[in-house]
Amino acid sequence: MNDQGGKVDRHQSDTAPGDDRESVVGEVRNYVIGFGLATFLTAASYFFAQSGFIWGPAIPVALIALAIAQMGVHLVFFLHITTGPDNINNSLALAFGTLIVLLIMAGSIWIMAHLNHNMMPMDQIMRMQR
Amino acid sequence: MAAHALATPDPNHVSGKVGLHDGRSGDVLAERSESSRRIIAGYGFWIFLLSDIIMFSAFFASYAVLVGATADGPSGRDLFDLDNVAIETGCLLLSSFACGMASVAASVKNRLWFTVAMAATLVLGLAFLGLEVREFYGMVVQGAGPSRSAFLSAFFALVGCHGLHVAIGILWLLTMVAQVYAKGFRGEILRRILCFSLFWHALDIVWVALFTVVYLLGSGA
Repeated sequence: MNDQGGKVDRHQSDTAPGDDRESVVGEVRNYVIGFGLATFLTAASYFFAQSGFIWGPAIPVALIALAIAQMGVHLVFFLHITTGPDNINNSLALAFGTLIVLLIMAGSIWIMAHLNHNMMPMDQIMRMQR
Repeated sequence: MAAHALATPDPNHVSGKVGLHDGRSGDVLAERSESSRRIIAGYGFWIFLLSDIIMFSAFFASYAVLVGATADGPSGRDLFDLDNVAIETGCLLLSSFACGMASVAASVKNRLWFTVAMAATLVLGLAFLGLEVREFYGMVVQGAGPSRSAFLSAFFALVGCHGLHVAIGILWLLTMVAQVYAKGFRGEILRRILCFSLFWHALDIVWVALFTVVYLLGSGA
């Protein structure tokens, strides 16, 4: 790159996150599709949470699945993160972020649940200190 | 080229300066093409957003751990009003869509449609924030403020942090409209609009996790 005085654009094959390689009509169409899907998924999670349509203990799983689906819709149709070759940097950063988020969430919940389980009830601790 | 790169004391150009062949040095960013600068700015902001989401995940984790620690006080089922949350969700989703329309308008440099779409984004964002403030106020008034229990501390920290982000986003939105009027759709202004729309869409993603984990699961289970 230096040899040509910085004129070579080494990011020619990349796309910025949020950028859509579409015509204006195509861009608007993508936002409309995304908005429709997101509305549908939100309405579905409200419906499943409030009606007795699915088995009670399965509701949290269903809601979390719907939320992950909706986040995917937002990422694809609003943030334009795709799996295409021009988006490899963006999706790799996303994958790393997701890994850290999962580690923090699952790790904290797991460790704290175990601590809670193994700890003596508070009144017994108080009695021992007396 | 490889030998040249090795000989350079700063092979990754972290200083932002690059040595040219005739001995002059120039600003790397200034020499890059517009599309390349847009990718660098957008990618950098994307990394920031991901780290912001990682910060939110820590708040989510503490909320999940403390959700049962109500100290004999009110739980989510007693406090949450799902209709209010549904309206908030609708406001934020519509505002995200309006923000998308604003970035389309910016890409074709249409100031009228940009202003209209940004105004819609602003009104819906303010409506969201107003509903959230009203909800918080109602909770504090009935004695369920952040100092009532560990559950409520975690709730106010998590939802309040998102609300704070929305408030900052609204200030940023007003700045962007003012900058478009003062400076027009120049390269750096378009890059800032790109970053703003990324920020606004990312807030909506956090809200999806929030209304599912906090409100829907909290008032059902």
